[in-house]
Amino acid sequence: MRARLVFTLAAAGDWALFAGRALVEAVRPPYEIAETLRQIYEMGSRSVPLIAVSGLAVGVVLSMHTRASLERFGAEALIPAGLALALVRETGPLTAGLLLSGRIGAGIGAELGAMKVTEQIDALEALAVDSFKYLVVTRVVACIVAVPLLTTVMNFTGILGGFAAESAATGMPFGMYFTHAFSLIHFSDLIPATLKTAVFGFIIASVGCHQGFTTTRGTEGVGQAATRSVVLASILLIAANVLLVRIIFFFYPA
Amino acid sequence: MSDDRPPAVELRRVTKAFGDRRVLDDVSFVVPAGRSLCLLGRSGTGKSVTLKHIVGLIAPDRGEVLVEGRDITRLSSRQLAPIRQRIGFLFQNAALFDSITVGENVAFPLRRHAALDEAALRARVRQLLDDVGLGGEDDTMPAELSGGMRKRAGLARAMALSPSILLVDEPSAGLDPVTSGEVDTLLAGLRAHAGTTLIVVTHNIDSARVLGDELVFLDQGRVLAQGPVEALDRSEVPLVREFLRAHGTG
Repeated sequence: MRARLVFTLAAAGDWALFAGRALVEAVRPPYEIAETLRQIYEMGSRSVPLIAVSGLAVGVVLSMHTRASLERFGAEALIPAGLALALVRETGPLTAGLLLSGRIGAGIGAELGAMKVTEQIDALEALAVDSFKYLVVTRVVACIVAVPLLTTVMNFTGILGGFAAESAATGMPFGMYFTHAFSLIHFSDLIPATLKTAVFGFIIASVGCHQGFTTTRGTEGVGQAATRSVVLASILLIAANVLLVRIIFFFYPA
Repeated sequence: MSDDRPPAVELRRVTKAFGDRRVLDDVSFVVPAGRSLCLLGRSGTGKSVTLKHIVGLIAPDRGEVLVEGRDITRLSSRQLAPIRQRIGFLFQNAALFDSITVGENVAFPLRRHAALDEAALRARVRQLLDDVGLGGEDDTMPAELSGGMRKRAGLARAMALSPSILLVDEPSAGLDPVTSGEVDTLLAGLRAHAGTTLIVVTHNIDSARVLGDELVFLDQGRVLAQGPVEALDRSEVPLVREFLRAHGTG
């Protein structure tokens, strides 16, 4: 038990150093701009379908639940605004973060893990390329940029899903729904909640890269790296979310 | 012919352990520029680890690794970069980047380190692939290549920057005797025509006889015997004699 605790703490410390180094190296030249842009494109374009479809589904479900609750109080008129607020402030960012920790985190863990066990990372170093900058920093920066953008996609498709459900239930027109939906949303609802997902992006990529870089034991290790990337990133993301929400409420009281 | 150049590679009393397991124990040898050396020995005796020390992928616990006269053991990754550009490394399984084509693999070091325009770069890649008998495979993905072709593609990538030192890990591993012979011929040609210093890890004594001016026999991380192939043939060390006889027919 004690050995397990020591191992866990050592692994957490190792990840923290790894993640910190990624941040330091991100601001230190030379910059791998082309590779970073390629990673943003890869992460973004490949994740949009998942995020868009999930957003629609979440919007529909959220709308049904909101209707069931607000009907009791005769407050159906607040359904679009209530849904949009819930989506933009918490449901969208957290759902997008958890989905992307699976989609992107597992991908990074498996890709870098496979590169590690097939000596491709050693080959990069032997070719006089800084593998940490080329593989880790590019992915961490790309993920910090991509996750807020994908969260915005999820928020938008979620509101679309909400409109679809509301339109089916009451026949509410598109323009009216969106006017109501955005009537209660302020800067302090949208921007901090979206920007906090940059931290989610940092967690997802740094955990995935760390798991990939520390992969051992061949293909079995690659599978473990992918699984651990998702599990650890999800746990850290949920924990970080509690802290970030507290910080947002400190600066922008409800 | 006098040669004032420092040795291409020199290991001085290099020791390395992973955990409790000592992988290299007081290993020393010298490879003069333009010469070739084969590292022989049973599996797990530290041959590949020795190669990785020479390119700075592993740092020794004790001892010095000199490349063209400069000790690289205390250099940072950034300081190592110009030295690594003068060293080509063919990994045992070629270690091709499997997400890009063979042509892009060969182009990779050129894009990073050579100031070539796209046309010149393409021409250089074609020439390198032609040299290793892979002309026309530019757009093939590494996963579609056979073991021998992967190794030759890896050799083309390792030679892209015209390195003065070429490190080769198990060129014959997993190859049939004919393909293995073709790879040996390519390597011997590089040494003869380009004057490249060659350090080859191999189990295959036939390859070692073709490629090595000098052989170093490692056992349990220690140098058991060292010298030209004829000298090792006459070695008094039972394991060396047994190894050379057992592998004598390839």
